[in-house]
Amino acid sequence: MKPAVVKRSDSGILEDRKKSIVYKVDGCSGNGIKCDSDSVSGAVSQRACVYCGARVVLNPITDAFHIVHGPIGCASYTWDIRGSLTSGDDLFRTSFSTDLRETDVIFGGEKKLTAAIEEVMEKYSPKIVFVYATCIVGVIGDDVEAVCRTMSEKYNAHIIPVKSPGFSGNKSTGYKMACNAIMSLIRNYKTDKKIKAINILGDFNLAGEIWIIKNYFNKIGIKVLSTFTGDSSYESLIRAPEACLNVVQCAGSSTYLAKQMEEEFGIPYLKVSFFGTEDTTSSLIRIAEALGDMEARAKAIEFTTRMEREAEEVIKAYRSKLQGKKAAIYVGGGFKAISLIRQFNLLGMKTVVVGTQTGSKDDYEIIENLADEDTVILDDANPAELETFMKEKGADILVGGVKERPLAYKLGIAFCDHNHERKHPLSGYEGVVNFVHEINKSINNPVWKYLGK
Amino acid sequence: MLNYTPKEVVEREALKINPCKTCQPAGALYAALGVNRCLPHSHGSQGCVAFHRMFLTRHFKEPVMGSSSSFTEGSSVFGGGSNLKTAAKNIFDLYDPRIIAVHTTCLSETIGDDLGSIITEMDIPEGKYVVHCNTPSYKGSHVTGFTNMVSGFVNYLSRKTGTSNGKLCVFPGWGNPGDYREYKKLMKAMKVPFSMLPDTSGVLDGAMTGKYEMYPDGGTTIEEIEGLGDCISSLALGIQTSEPSAVALKKKCGVDYNAIPLPMGIENTDKFIMTLQQFSKEDVPFEVEEERGQLVDMMVDIHPYTYGKKVAIYGDPDTVLGITQFCLELGMIPKYVITGTPGVQFKAAAEAMMEKFGIEDSVIKAEADLFYLHQLMKNEPVDIMIGGTHGKHIARAEGIPLVRMGFPVIDRYIHSYMPLVGYKGGMRMAELIVNAIMDYQDSHCEEKDVEMVM
Repeated sequence: MKPAVVKRSDSGILEDRKKSIVYKVDGCSGNGIKCDSDSVSGAVSQRACVYCGARVVLNPITDAFHIVHGPIGCASYTWDIRGSLTSGDDLFRTSFSTDLRETDVIFGGEKKLTAAIEEVMEKYSPKIVFVYATCIVGVIGDDVEAVCRTMSEKYNAHIIPVKSPGFSGNKSTGYKMACNAIMSLIRNYKTDKKIKAINILGDFNLAGEIWIIKNYFNKIGIKVLSTFTGDSSYESLIRAPEACLNVVQCAGSSTYLAKQMEEEFGIPYLKVSFFGTEDTTSSLIRIAEALGDMEARAKAIEFTTRMEREAEEVIKAYRSKLQGKKAAIYVGGGFKAISLIRQFNLLGMKTVVVGTQTGSKDDYEIIENLADEDTVILDDANPAELETFMKEKGADILVGGVKERPLAYKLGIAFCDHNHERKHPLSGYEGVVNFVHEINKSINNPVWKYLGK
Repeated sequence: MLNYTPKEVVEREALKINPCKTCQPAGALYAALGVNRCLPHSHGSQGCVAFHRMFLTRHFKEPVMGSSSSFTEGSSVFGGGSNLKTAAKNIFDLYDPRIIAVHTTCLSETIGDDLGSIITEMDIPEGKYVVHCNTPSYKGSHVTGFTNMVSGFVNYLSRKTGTSNGKLCVFPGWGNPGDYREYKKLMKAMKVPFSMLPDTSGVLDGAMTGKYEMYPDGGTTIEEIEGLGDCISSLALGIQTSEPSAVALKKKCGVDYNAIPLPMGIENTDKFIMTLQQFSKEDVPFEVEEERGQLVDMMVDIHPYTYGKKVAIYGDPDTVLGITQFCLELGMIPKYVITGTPGVQFKAAAEAMMEKFGIEDSVIKAEADLFYLHQLMKNEPVDIMIGGTHGKHIARAEGIPLVRMGFPVIDRYIHSYMPLVGYKGGMRMAELIVNAIMDYQDSHCEEKDVEMVM
């Protein structure tokens, strides 16, 4: 495949952006898509910042205090926004911030941060506190690491700095910073003791998805030790080093963590996906194989065959309603986009536009292989580009996040939220059924008949 | 949820828990959306504008545009001047707005970018405009940012030619598109020629057409903003939010102003109508008098249900004051009146209202957070809460109804199309409040007490 510079839709595309858009055409990829870089100044980018990346990864740790050190905005925008469910503590759904004011900016915010941590420690004595350093913290000269170190010693607790000034990279950098913060916690619990169990990485328990997956592991006899970070707690996280395999779902956010755990604890990792029947089945079997557990493998084959058959019944019932419809995908990570293309293929739908915010070169290669000819592939798209290509390709539905929903609606295009605002779990076989329901509910809704087209 | 909220209120010096505000740039972005063919621009890291757009989209359920200077490590050291210049060029080339409204962020303020001189050095295409305002996130709140952006437009664009245009300049303060439409309806009915800044109706409450317009037809035009300097006088609605912009216009163009509370409830709307009448010297038309009469009629109908009900009200200062006034008019007891936005006049204004209605022992606090409000409620419960979505966990924990008003409301639909201001807005507030009280009664009373006729 060679990336063809877009000709037909030249209007609306910045010169600098052309390298981030390719049409899939026959042939072999030369230099590939330009991705994983910063947004162009002036672009109406859908992309968030380092802090956002760090926060979304750590936020689901249910019994942690998340203190945002900075002016109030960063805390306000991320207060209980993720839809991560908990079976235990719900402390993470409360917003804590130092709400830096002008005097703090002039005289430094270290004192206020120290006082904030003291207020938290003395009232609640938590085991774990994350302190997020936002944009101005470094600029005004606060040494957050030093404050955290002193406070950790004073209270004998894990008070962990998360280096996340927004300007220091993009959302992917934030994922790394979150992974570093996690490592600085669990590194303390490194052990030679190994048990036959896995950790799940990159699942944030949106709408309760991790419960579905954990149930599968239970069914096929595989023990889950820790989950990163959906429905996790201090006690569950620190046992992670004992596991003998890490399975990585959201690769964009968690591969870095998996690599570090491999290096430091000798835990190998496996990239998996639980979106779509195909991915779910192959992931479960591959995990059993990676553990060398032939009994689990046999169970997995039996279990997945049954589950696939059940899901297939539902898909079949809907296929006639959805066949031939055209889908556009704009999601955060590359792996999710890949799973979605596969799901649409199963439904007999054609993916005509596909883009991600943080997809890597490897992801885009897989996407190019999976995609139909002439599919538009975009990195870090802006609304104008999304609009241009969705219209040009006649998309019937867009799968995206909060900012894309109203855009799709304005264009009279159906929508499915596959991000923080998803209303139902979309992983596993149950997720496939929910996904098909959601797609159908929007795409075949009578409301579209009333558009003034 | 909220098991962590202890009853005992301890003075907190450093920690803000569950804020009742957000930062200035979000408000600046919202204000800029109320200008025709304007692209709001955030001079800071790329995450800021993504957050603000998400936040506003969740409230309005509409696409919200905004661009960013996308600061990098380099710009945070050497300043963001070149980022902004590149951004402006890219924006005019690609998105073709008539005007770019730049607001700063905590980062660009702290590193000290001088936006005035950066903009002076720009090559701005003929017929295009770039304006800015300073919105340091560590001062005030989103409401302050809104005010600063409105004043920014005035400072850059308004001018006095010496020939009066016979209009009233209106600074409507922070409202929903539904509120802005209500103001326009009332001013038209009162035969007042006006220019209103900003005006997000027609931008964030657009009709479904199957087409996406990056710049819908709504919003105050640049010509109108320029003409504000030739207005006969200006009217600031919502004293904390709008008076500074009226002052800015007076300073720049010598236009005298009048600042009144947001026209919410009977008395404040009466004040608004009378101010319009003084301007137009016309009689109040029947349709306005009829609306007022209808609202009073409704209040008479529902007064047995609202009287004596204790209410906790939280949100943005002028909106909270407006709701408080109306609750007092309904015979309710505003027990807790809270805003996250700092400012001294909030407390004074609320206290004056309480005194007028003979209400004692209310807690009125600016720069407070919702954790504090919840603690107050644990010590002395209320019957109902009124405010934005972020109080929903408290309402659930305490088992009381929450009436959603103000900003942000991110868990309900349609609200942004509907007014809370004017007599019509009063009707809507009355309906929301009394329905919440009666629904609660229906679902919580004992079986034997369920009434068919209420």
